[in-house]
Amino acid sequence: MKRLTIDLWVGIFVAIGLLSVAFLSLKVANLTSASGGETYNVYADFDNIGGLKVKAPVKSSGVVVGRVSSIELNKQTYQAHVTLAINTQYQFSSDASVEILTAGLLGEQYIGVTQGGDETVLKEGGRFTLVSSALVLEQLIGKFMTSMAEKPADSK
Amino acid sequence: MVENIANVLRGLGAWTINALWKLGFASRFLMAIVLQSGQLFLRPQLLIREIFFSGVLSLIIIIVSGIFVGMVLALQGYNTLVRFGSADALGTLVALSLLRELGPVLAALLFASRSGSAMTAEIGLMKATEQLDAMAVMGVNPIARVIAPRFWAGVLSLPVLTALFNVMGIIGGYYVGVVMIGLDEGSYWAQMQNAVDIYDDVANGLIKSVFFGIAVTLIAVFEGYDSEATAAGVSSATTRTVVTSALVILAMDFVLTAFMF
Repeated sequence: MKRLTIDLWVGIFVAIGLLSVAFLSLKVANLTSASGGETYNVYADFDNIGGLKVKAPVKSSGVVVGRVSSIELNKQTYQAHVTLAINTQYQFSSDASVEILTAGLLGEQYIGVTQGGDETVLKEGGRFTLVSSALVLEQLIGKFMTSMAEKPADSK
Repeated sequence: MVENIANVLRGLGAWTINALWKLGFASRFLMAIVLQSGQLFLRPQLLIREIFFSGVLSLIIIIVSGIFVGMVLALQGYNTLVRFGSADALGTLVALSLLRELGPVLAALLFASRSGSAMTAEIGLMKATEQLDAMAVMGVNPIARVIAPRFWAGVLSLPVLTALFNVMGIIGGYYVGVVMIGLDEGSYWAQMQNAVDIYDDVANGLIKSVFFGIAVTLIAVFEGYDSEATAAGVSSATTRTVVTSALVILAMDFVLTAFMF
């Protein structure tokens, strides 16, 4: 079997295809940091998670340290039971606080973790106790309205 | 009056029966192609040649239209996003719309009109000039020798072309968004990388293009094989390839999207 010019062209074609897929998975989908190795699960119970979604990032000081892996409603307490998969290279003390934050005014919601001072660290299956819920715009406006309504009464 | 209505009904019935007939024949044809594909392992040169004609020669049209589609997306997307003060999400918009919908669909439409029509015309002309019959007389199975290589070449080429189309579109969007409009380069890529998932978006888009490849090439080789052995027959078969492919691509896209996302 002889080598033909056509083989070279088809070789170039296949190489272009492989390069495109590599570009899409590395540069566009960022495969390298998405599968960030080993994780451990910790839990947090929120009164209200707002618009938090599965796969939302967990950040500490703005650095992504993990992802939300599941969200379900606890049937006893009727709180949202959120499972966070955190990279094993990051440890948080048992009194670290978590809150649901929003990236920008209309951005997606994520979980922010602030390290505490306790020396015991959370391990697999641990639970964050200091939690604060998402800021729901409607509730905020509702509070603002009631405080506005009360004001004239105070000033008299 | 009654005669007219009867004629309409008769025409409708004939059309339905003909359509079902064709559908059955096309399914049997697909089975025959799959069963006769073994020979390709013995003579890969046949497949290489067809990939050259349907894949390599489509590169230019895919690259150029991919860049322009990405540029238009970025321009239109920017105009809308900037009203909500979220122009930084432009990378996400361009990448997701290309990877999920526009890339697979537009690449398949271009492929159908560039390569599918050529396949139909070629096979139709081979039939009209009785080359297919001559092969059969010589003991060469025309499905194994002519149809199967073209079919597999199309099925293999379209995902490659789709991936390239996506890349070109994202680069075109980058050119308009970052170089021309002056958005931040970091947020273009970073927001895109945050939102795009390798399985949900990249892989599903390519799976879509595999289905489109099967549909488009099957329609192309089938219409060629099924065409009337005349000049007019070949021309109407070529038209049917492009029209049917476009309709099937868009309809399949809806079904696949409903399943995947």
